[in-house]
Amino acid sequence: MVWAQIWESRVQILVGLEGTVVISAIALVTSTLFGGLVGIFNARGPRALKWFLRIYIEIFRGSPLLAQLLIVYFGSAYLGFDGVTAFMAVVVTLTLYEGAYISEIVRSGLEAVPRGQEEAARTVGLGTFQRLRYVLLPQAIRIIMPALVGQWISLVKDSALSSIVGYSDLIQQGQAIYARIGHPFAVLAVIGVAYFLICSPLTMLARRLDRRRVRT
Amino acid sequence: MIVSMKNVHKSFGHTEVLKGIDLEVDQGEVVAIIGASGSGKSTILRIANNLEAVNKGEVWVCDVPVHDPKQANRIHGRVGMVFQQFNLFPHLTAAENVMLALKRVKKKSSADAERVTREVLGKVGMADHWSKYPIQLSGGQQQRVAIARSLALEPQLMLFDEATSALDPELVGEVTSVMRQLAKDGMSMMIVTHEMRFAREIADRVLFIDKGVIVEQGPPSDVFGSPRNERTQRFLSSVFNI
Repeated sequence: MVWAQIWESRVQILVGLEGTVVISAIALVTSTLFGGLVGIFNARGPRALKWFLRIYIEIFRGSPLLAQLLIVYFGSAYLGFDGVTAFMAVVVTLTLYEGAYISEIVRSGLEAVPRGQEEAARTVGLGTFQRLRYVLLPQAIRIIMPALVGQWISLVKDSALSSIVGYSDLIQQGQAIYARIGHPFAVLAVIGVAYFLICSPLTMLARRLDRRRVRT
Repeated sequence: MIVSMKNVHKSFGHTEVLKGIDLEVDQGEVVAIIGASGSGKSTILRIANNLEAVNKGEVWVCDVPVHDPKQANRIHGRVGMVFQQFNLFPHLTAAENVMLALKRVKKKSSADAERVTREVLGKVGMADHWSKYPIQLSGGQQQRVAIARSLALEPQLMLFDEATSALDPELVGEVTSVMRQLAKDGMSMMIVTHEMRFAREIADRVLFIDKGVIVEQGPPSDVFGSPRNERTQRFLSSVFNI
């Protein structure tokens, strides 16, 4: 009875699933690129820049994601940026918020590479960029992968807040369904399973990386 | 002259590690630096290779003014350095370790880089381990690959910073014999070492450093055979009377 009604709403759930997958995938790429750059500059950049990046990281790690999303969404209109859609606001906010965490993961990974590696790389004449590209980052990436995948999983779940500004994700569609047919518990259970299915490939990846790290 | 240091001072925080070092190394000369831990021996090599900046004094290596921060980086790639902990790149094979700088710094073609790599790995007796990763090699083998990585760039000077200190005793010989061959081939070398017998045998000149100053220097037969300074005598007797 209940399940039949939910089954009839399956298209709506799929629309929400698409919304969550699309926004998560885009924010995953943008936040990783952005956080990666911030992390590299924070590990290797000039002191003034590090100081500036430190402030950014503390602000975005130290305040609620929900508040950030509302500020970006409503604040952009207030500041005169017209046409900022819910989609854009969510991508920008997730990039800044998850990027702050990812930058710290990347920075600590770079700092975990033994000092002698950089010295050997300098000795053979590699420049700053070449040392990062060929010596430091390949080693740092191995160190940080498990933590990075963990952050990606958080990102997928954090994207659930996008419904607050009206983006059509799983939560938003779920709310619409139980507003119409009732049975919020059953509907949200289905939505929860959908999140689990999105995250499970990432969880499996994290587990494999963890095992590999133990082996070597 | 390949190395010339004049009145070099270096401090780490409030600790003055080098207190006015004057030092010259001629083309083709092999200089061994001995002294207790913390005496500043390694710092001299690290300064020569611009891994540490001096606080005061002049440092010329291969005609590069290493004391000048604007020009110091030019020294990289001209001087080979071998570290106590090998510092091979763990994510690259033995051959890739050697080839990285050949391709990226010297801009050699793959074929040229492979030819040079085969040659230097052969020279250190590691040609058979071409595609092994550092973790698959013993300490002595890793250190020989590290020497090959330096030699590939045709350095005018080789620096050895306690190159055998991290090795099991039975593996020391394979590294020292490579170093001996290099000395015989006329390579200019500065060697920081705790292996006194090896220093005595390979060096043209021995420097004894204590508390940041060169206390005594000369041919190995003099420094080891009849040390004049009382601090040298005390150090040598403590080393040889274990």
